[in-house]
Amino acid sequence: MAKLDSKIPKGRLADKWTLYKEYQKIVSPANKRKIDIIVVGTGLAGGAAAASLGELGFNVKVFCIQDSPRRAHSIAAQGGINAAKNYPNDGDTIYRLYYDTIKGGDYRGREANTYRLAEVSNNIIDQCVAQGVPFAREYSGYLDNRSFGGAQVSRTFYARGQTGQQLLLGAYGALSKEIKKGSVKLFTRREMLDLVIMKDGRARGIIVRNLFTGEIERHSAHAVLIASGGYGNVFFLSTNAMNSNGSAAWRAYKRGALFANPCYVQIHPTCIPVHGDYQSKLTLMSESLRNDGRIWVPKKKEDAQKIQRGEIKANDIPEEDRDYYLERRYPAFGNLVPRDVASRAAKERCDAGFGVGKTGLAVFLDFKDAIKRLGRDVIEARYGNLFQMYEKIVDENPYEVPMRIYPAIHYTMGGLWVDYELQSNIPGLFVAGEANFSDHGANRLGASALMQGLADGYFIIPFTMQNYLADQIAVGKITSDSEEFDQAEKEVRERIDKLMSINGTETVDSIHKRLGHIMWHYVGMARNKEGLEKAISEIQALRKEFWTNVRVPGKTDGINIELEKALRVADFLELGELMARDALHREESAGGHFREEYQTEEGEALRNDKDFMYVAAWEYTGDDKEPMLNKEKLVYEETEVKQRNYKTA
Amino acid sequence: MDLKLKIWRQSSRDAKGKFVDYEVHDISSDASFLEMMDLLNEELVEKGEEPVAFDHDCREGICGMCSLFINGRPHGPDTAITTCQLHMRKFRDGDTIVIEPWRAKPFPVIKDLIVDRSAFDELIQAGGYISASTGGVPDANAIPVNREKAELAMDAAACIGCGACVAACKNASAMLFVSAKVSQFALLPQGKIEAKDRVQKMVAKMDELGFGNCTNTYACEAECPKEISITNIARMNREFFKAKVS
Ligand SMILES: Cc1cc2nc3c(=O)[nH]c(=O)nc-3n(C[C@H](O)[C@H](O)[C@H](O)COP(=O)(O)OP(=O)(O)OC[C@H]3O[C@@H](n4cnc5c(N)ncnc54)[C@H](O)[C@@H]3O)c2cc1C
Ligand code: SF4
Ligand code: FES
Repeated sequence: MAKLDSKIPKGRLADKWTLYKEYQKIVSPANKRKIDIIVVGTGLAGGAAAASLGELGFNVKVFCIQDSPRRAHSIAAQGGINAAKNYPNDGDTIYRLYYDTIKGGDYRGREANTYRLAEVSNNIIDQCVAQGVPFAREYSGYLDNRSFGGAQVSRTFYARGQTGQQLLLGAYGALSKEIKKGSVKLFTRREMLDLVIMKDGRARGIIVRNLFTGEIERHSAHAVLIASGGYGNVFFLSTNAMNSNGSAAWRAYKRGALFANPCYVQIHPTCIPVHGDYQSKLTLMSESLRNDGRIWVPKKKEDAQKIQRGEIKANDIPEEDRDYYLERRYPAFGNLVPRDVASRAAKERCDAGFGVGKTGLAVFLDFKDAIKRLGRDVIEARYGNLFQMYEKIVDENPYEVPMRIYPAIHYTMGGLWVDYELQSNIPGLFVAGEANFSDHGANRLGASALMQGLADGYFIIPFTMQNYLADQIAVGKITSDSEEFDQAEKEVRERIDKLMSINGTETVDSIHKRLGHIMWHYVGMARNKEGLEKAISEIQALRKEFWTNVRVPGKTDGINIELEKALRVADFLELGELMARDALHREESAGGHFREEYQTEEGEALRNDKDFMYVAAWEYTGDDKEPMLNKEKLVYEETEVKQRNYKTA
Repeated sequence: MDLKLKIWRQSSRDAKGKFVDYEVHDISSDASFLEMMDLLNEELVEKGEEPVAFDHDCREGICGMCSLFINGRPHGPDTAITTCQLHMRKFRDGDTIVIEPWRAKPFPVIKDLIVDRSAFDELIQAGGYISASTGGVPDANAIPVNREKAELAMDAAACIGCGACVAACKNASAMLFVSAKVSQFALLPQGKIEAKDRVQKMVAKMDELGFGNCTNTYACEAECPKEISITNIARMNREFFKAKVS
């Protein structure tokens, strides 16, 4: 049984981070030069951390899969980033941002971490503006804000529909500056395939595959930071980039790091619906669209059926026959309810037969009223590029006909377990960004992932890592010439050789698609005991089939894209099972985890605080063995825990 | 629809490449171009052949990873989009499509349709940033920015670093890419302090890396998926001149 110590500092919620910083140990400038740090990932979390650690004077080695750090998946974030600046004077405070986030997460997040996130949010905006991030501005020249789901204030900063891009390019600039200076060494097209842990239990390095040459490389350091993003691609179809994967985190899990809350997955309500089995990925339509777009389906089932058959169009349905179901069910928040609530409401309508589109698995997102109220120009200025993107994909003009949208897998709240310092249970292994579990509980609010990535990278890791490294000055250079590295490298080579030698008949993608089907049907938007049990046995069977019948052509030296995919899917086939197990054990509904057995009469999620107010941190015990459950009890010292209510308050 | 494909295959950086003919059948016109490529690759793998290697990631036109010269045009026949945003409805049943990698000296082909664009990273490292270290910066609203200038800066900042401008240019010039970065910062008050140094270093690096000169053919602007304007090049030239004379 692992020992779980969340290391939450003493003191009032608002004082904890200040107190922590006052007492943490730091490393002197002369000693920083003697310390090596590995950062896996160049997204917002990894990029910001690597740049900031380099600025401090540490020797940083940073790794990414893509050909440039600028291409990390963070680049695709559209809508915006939250901060408690209260520039619009609409009543925002750090506590309010904290409260919205913990409530949005259905009281399954850790109070102290989430509060700290809100606390540093304002520094992020300052930092990004100083870097030249071109946020949207008002005519006065001051920064503009928009609203996002789960909040009643306007606190989201944005750069058109490309906020993630601009924030990432800011971090990439900072990183480039450090690469030039020589404090950061960049390794692109490298994929981490294992974590190396020494006999004393400390993480000291990684094994990577050079995706250009196929070489297996060893890299050693005093500490390792994993910032490898989320694992949404378990589902095959998701809004994540094609190369997003769970392997870095999964390999750490198999070396003893705990995996927390794997079943908390976010399904985003506004994505372009699935339209063919040839699809490789789904496209998100930013949540910001819910600021001005109204979501509806026909009130009459006959109308819905006629639309499905293509006999009538959305615009043929008169106003009185439209059901704006979010406004009807949740008058206080309307179209701006949190994502999990909006997604389930869409599913509910479609399952009841009111869905639109050929498949009946879509709802309308309509801008007619907004265009009437504000004019087409204003809508174009706000969402022009999103509308263009929609039109390119669907071949319909959203200025004239409502968009069709449906929920899709988008984000994973679960991830490697970390303490207040963002350190896992393995000493020297830190985890940041979407790869950790820490700040969003069972559901993440929009515009909070960017905030978390940059908070972790710029403002938290540079402090907390030093607290660990202060004791490491005396150990001297870490070499990769050791038994532990030999062993890890050997295991990686064996795994690759095994995959290459199976030479079966199934392609990697076809197995990945089948895994995606199982996950979507049984571990998706609505789950139940029977389905989850079925999922576990089906995944086990599929995993067996993979290891006996997959086909990976080509050679191991040089670029081999099938091998890259195979290594990732092999890990997804294990991670998927853990997600199902976690979902099965959590006999309650919370945030993105909806168990059909646990709902109110009105179909809202029903938590069970008495039995499940804890973080489920799973421990690896061996292949094909049941993992062990560790519980971190969640204690809310200064937060009133309530049933979420988006109807009246 | 059924299509014939002529695809550049090259096993490694030093190997000689050649066009290989393929056919794909029953492609939906709603499929994206890269989904069509996925289907081709599935078939190749099923036959035990090596799939065609191409770069891609976000598949929504923002990461800049996808490339491809399609029928002689970077990012294919449509305008203002990347290859991953191209849809098959732009083609007709029975068409032959020629697919090549970016061809430019500073972007060597590594395998099939994959090229090495690390030269772009080096250009940014030469000075494409504001050197603000983490912490110690003023409140975000302490630096008001003229809205029009902020919008222009955003236009320039929208560059995704795909390299189509270089691939489209007969001189393999990186002027559009570099000028977009230089412009973004020249337009913002925060960027002014290092402006001179930035433009000089980035231009020098461009020459060093073997990118060609700009001879005003505007092919870059025409092929840029993000519609980065060549007025950025003019602005960069002014910045460069200012830096030289002062
Ligand atoms: C379409 C879309 C829109 C979004 N919009 C918003 C939004 O508006 N607001 C918001 O707050 N959030 C948004 N999000 C969520 C947010 O973008 C992500 O959660 C966040 O960017 C994740 O950042 P990260 O740094 O943790 O990881 P990522 O950006 O995913 O970076 C992962 C990095 O790790 C590297 N890596 C991964 N595995 C390995 C390995 N094995 N070896 C080496 N390197 C590896 C990758 O190469 C990459 O550099 C959106 C997400 C999507 C999909
Ligand atoms: S300027 Fe345009 S074509 Fe050139 S790299 Fe940027 S986005 Fe691509
Ligand atoms: S795959 Fe990202 S821009 Fe095309």
